[in-house]
Amino acid sequence: MQTKSAARNIFFGGTIFFFVVFVGLVAHSYSYIVNTSTPPLKDSVVRGKLVWEENACINCHTLLGEGAYYAPELGNVWKRYLANNDNDPKAAREAIITWIKSMPTGVEGRRQMPHFDLTDQQLNDLVDFFEWTSKINTQNWPPNLAG
Amino acid sequence: MLKYQSQKIALAYFAVAMALFVIQVTMGLVIGYIYLSPNTLAEVLPFNILRMLHTNSLIVWLITGFFGIAYFIIPDEAEREIASPQLAWLQLIILVVGTLGAVLTYVFNIAHGNWLLGMQGREFLEQPLWVKVGIVVAALIFLYNVTMTYLKGRKTAVANVLLLGLWGLALFFLFAFYNPSNLALDKMFWWWVVHLWVEGVWELIMAGVLAYLMLKLTGVDREMVEKWIYGLAALSLFTGILGTGHHYYWIGTPAYWQWIGSVFSAMEVIPFFAMVLFVFTMVWKGQREHPNQAALLWALGCAVLAFFGAGIWGFLHTLSPVNYWTHGTQVTMSHGHLAFFGAYVSLNLAFITYAMPYLTNRQPYNQVLNMISFWVMAGGITFMTFALTFAGAVQTHLQRVRGENFMDVQDELYLFFVMREIAGIILVIGVALYLYSIFVPRKEEIIAPAAKQPAE
Repeated sequence: MQTKSAARNIFFGGTIFFFVVFVGLVAHSYSYIVNTSTPPLKDSVVRGKLVWEENACINCHTLLGEGAYYAPELGNVWKRYLANNDNDPKAAREAIITWIKSMPTGVEGRRQMPHFDLTDQQLNDLVDFFEWTSKINTQNWPPNLAG
Repeated sequence: MLKYQSQKIALAYFAVAMALFVIQVTMGLVIGYIYLSPNTLAEVLPFNILRMLHTNSLIVWLITGFFGIAYFIIPDEAEREIASPQLAWLQLIILVVGTLGAVLTYVFNIAHGNWLLGMQGREFLEQPLWVKVGIVVAALIFLYNVTMTYLKGRKTAVANVLLLGLWGLALFFLFAFYNPSNLALDKMFWWWVVHLWVEGVWELIMAGVLAYLMLKLTGVDREMVEKWIYGLAALSLFTGILGTGHHYYWIGTPAYWQWIGSVFSAMEVIPFFAMVLFVFTMVWKGQREHPNQAALLWALGCAVLAFFGAGIWGFLHTLSPVNYWTHGTQVTMSHGHLAFFGAYVSLNLAFITYAMPYLTNRQPYNQVLNMISFWVMAGGITFMTFALTFAGAVQTHLQRVRGENFMDVQDELYLFFVMREIAGIILVIGVALYLYSIFVPRKEEIIAPAAKQPAE
């Protein structure tokens, strides 16, 4: 009986200890995220995140490595398009929007992205969200532009 | 044969759980097929919708199974009837309505963009807000019901740990309502639901259920089981809570998580290894030869497959210098499938195998068929895991090391995706055998088990 109650006390005590440590670290991380690792939030980024969520993009794509693994990583899609468009932000934005609008391709044997009915504002908000996401300090992940 | 009549409610929960299990694996087959033939259904039901059905039905059926298990175990441990069987029925109805609501919302894109009725877009937490509220109401009813039963009756260590896990499950789900606009914050707290469930409080449920099964199936002393159970629970949470850090490497969180996450999540293997030691020790020390050998096989299989899936396959890519290269590739996918199957699918199937003879009031039946279904499913999921692990290794090299384009790399993985689909078909055959073995009791065994006649 004694070992049992000792084990129970260790369990409860230890769990509380580790949880308190965890909460403390997460609280610190919270302020680190808000003040250091992410750029300030614009309204368009907040709206763009909503567009991302309402269309269940995460169930094909990954975003910072999390999501479905069916379609390319989009955490750095902004950087990828910048690189492909001579670092011209305007051209990169146009290219992403054109890509989304031209889906689905219907090409046989290619993975298909669905057609989404998005307004110009929603498309631009979404790109703002991608641009903002690409500027998060992710400890240099992913290793390269391929994502 | 049931000690308490209200335990019977578990049968309804198991039936709902198994129906959703069928949907889950069917959707798995469909999206696995879409990997091979990507134009399939592309303009009717795109991949993302089908995947939501696959993942959501998994989560809901596992939880529904846990509820059913608790309604079976808690009366037996507390030595009294469930506080309110009516509430248990009401809870199940809410869960079913919510589940149907979520499915219809996803498939027909009902109320797109509506804050209350429309689908929400965080992975695994896509349920419309009204369904989430329903889940909370159902959880509250459940907690009230089992906790009242527990408080009025005998309080055992098994019930303590099981209930603690279920309370944790409900509490951490509340973070599903907190969705900060800052993506990094969103992700940090999203893991409070996802990680603290499967690598935290669900492990308590697993420890509690395995302990109960060992008690019943091997006939070991309760004292011996109770000595283990707090140890298992402690190992799970001491490693699992700070182990959350392995999700905080690359999402905008501070670099110190690479150390904390690596060290603690590497130790997450320990509780799973301890569970293997626990079940085999109990079987070795146990005196009784319980007639339900299929349930024992599933319980042992659960511990072993969880050790490999959650333990070894988790460790494989949990250290931050490794995870930097493998994060979000098919390696993650291989781990996810074996871990969920080993730990929580097998746990439910073990318990249902154990409970069905009591719920249908007969001797254990169709045992050999049931055991065959274990080996078929275990074989299928293992084959799938290997296929995806190799796919992940190739993908990591081509995409992460050499920087080749995502879609080009995916084309290179085609053969692995074919093998994954074959593995999926094997798994689904196993599921069909299992469902037949538990839901279609026969007067005479198709194949009689080799064991001696059951005692009594």
